[in-house]
Amino acid sequence: MQSVLRDKKAIMIFILPALLIFLSAVLIPTVWSIGYSFFEGSPIRGFTFIGFENYVNIFSDRQFLSSFWLSIKYAGLVTTGQVFLGLILAIFYVLVLKRFSVIIRTLIFFPIVLPAVAVAQLFSKIFEITPQLGLVNSLLSSLNLDMWVQAWLGNGDTAFWVIVVMDIWRSMGFYAVLLYAGLIDIPEDVIEAARIDGANGLKLSRFVIIPMIKPILISAIIFSLNGTLKVFESVVALTNGGPGTSTSTLTLYMYHSAFAYNEYGYGSTVAVFLLILCLMVTLLIYRYSRQNID
Amino acid sequence: MFAQKVFSNIFGKIFIFIMLLITVYPIVWLILSSFKNPSEFSNPMYALPSGVHFQNYIDAWTIGNMGTYFQNSIFVTFPSLFLILMFGAATAFAIEKMKWKLNNTILLVFLGGIMIPMQIVLLPLFTIYHQTGLLNNLLGLIIVYIAFGLPLTIFLFTGYYKTLPNELIEAAIMDGANIYQIFFKISIPLIINSFVSIALVQFFFVWNDLIFAMTFISDSELRTIQTGLINFTGEYGQREWGGPTFASISLAIIPTLILYLILNKLVMKGMTSGAVKG
Repeated sequence: MQSVLRDKKAIMIFILPALLIFLSAVLIPTVWSIGYSFFEGSPIRGFTFIGFENYVNIFSDRQFLSSFWLSIKYAGLVTTGQVFLGLILAIFYVLVLKRFSVIIRTLIFFPIVLPAVAVAQLFSKIFEITPQLGLVNSLLSSLNLDMWVQAWLGNGDTAFWVIVVMDIWRSMGFYAVLLYAGLIDIPEDVIEAARIDGANGLKLSRFVIIPMIKPILISAIIFSLNGTLKVFESVVALTNGGPGTSTSTLTLYMYHSAFAYNEYGYGSTVAVFLLILCLMVTLLIYRYSRQNID
Repeated sequence: MFAQKVFSNIFGKIFIFIMLLITVYPIVWLILSSFKNPSEFSNPMYALPSGVHFQNYIDAWTIGNMGTYFQNSIFVTFPSLFLILMFGAATAFAIEKMKWKLNNTILLVFLGGIMIPMQIVLLPLFTIYHQTGLLNNLLGLIIVYIAFGLPLTIFLFTGYYKTLPNELIEAAIMDGANIYQIFFKISIPLIINSFVSIALVQFFFVWNDLIFAMTFISDSELRTIQTGLINFTGEYGQREWGGPTFASISLAIIPTLILYLILNKLVMKGMTSGAVKG
């Protein structure tokens, strides 16, 4: 009987297609890209080996440093916003809406399934100023707040905040459902007992609910950081890094140095940094969470 | 204490109501605006449309080429989904249910892929595709979607196969079934629900992708919806910034919206299970 489950030929047939595609389109290109980062040039101009020069130069590249900082700032803000609003929503789903929250949960969840590009186009319409005042500007104008009517996407600072708001809008409902799943696992009598002891609202959340859903809260944060550090589509579609390079995150900087300036070696170096960043965040938070659980 | 409870109750309801409004209103506004006729765009943007100006959709579909983009997206999405599911289920089955030494190593190799940012493979793949004629070829997109769809798919499938009792497989072997029959006729029907929820998660990943489509496809006839939409609002949208642009954005979100309206429970389950376990 065991021989059926040890059939080497069948194992090969089952795993080879997936393994071959994964190796040739993910793993080998990743290693190849790390290789590129030790070279200067492009396939057209040819490559010259320069050792660690790209890695040295990158730290004096102001554009890289500002993109790096922008990505960190963006990931920090969006993760905080998504997880925090998600948590508040989830707590209210449980405490206020109780069993009747299905429809509301479903509705607030849905923006996450929409294409980032379409959402970005929608937001560019919402924050538009020409040729026609967009939703926000026309509302401001009708409320006689004309001094606030502005080119939201034409200024680096406000454009950055529009991207942050947009991505929080897209995924707060997703995190609410994720955390809600953890909340309903808390036994009802625990919450009741805390209530009888006089805990209410804030206290109940702070001392009972949050400690009990800590593991799921931490995986939500990791998942969010991992996604937001790689943000690309929202930014490309909304501002394409502009005006100037004021909203150019690490991923956009990589893309532009690789494809607009044809610097394969340098673009790969930026990509390697992105890889290291994603690995570090995951490992760091993983270790931190382990320490706290033990 | 009672007053406090009533207060937090009311506050909570107001908060949720505002969040609901913020979530739903932009989409309602988008769809309403897509039915406005050109002259109505001189009214404030929040005004309701006076009628149903369906011409916007016809313009977006034909002059704006959304029809072609739709077709390309469908040509790419369905083969990708089918192969992600087949390859993923087969690999997970071999890892979880069959007996061999390297199964955990292979699982780890795939799981590592979850963390790899897509940007890092772009340049080497661009070079490979350039040499093998896969640039400006929808097949090139299908390959990369399968490759990036597999890690999460295999991870989720191994989870589902864990819950499948080994006794069922052993009983089938006793009855003389071979391994392929066990895979296709026993294991797949028993976890068919997870097929649907994984298919949905992967559908949104493939259908919504921009980065691979904009890197590997430059021929305007082969653009998918997302690259087409960026282009639509870029070139055509400069002239037709009113109704047809709103109609084209609506067209891009309608398939995902319909799918979500019908299958929201499975979508929510599938998408969140990927996050909790990852």
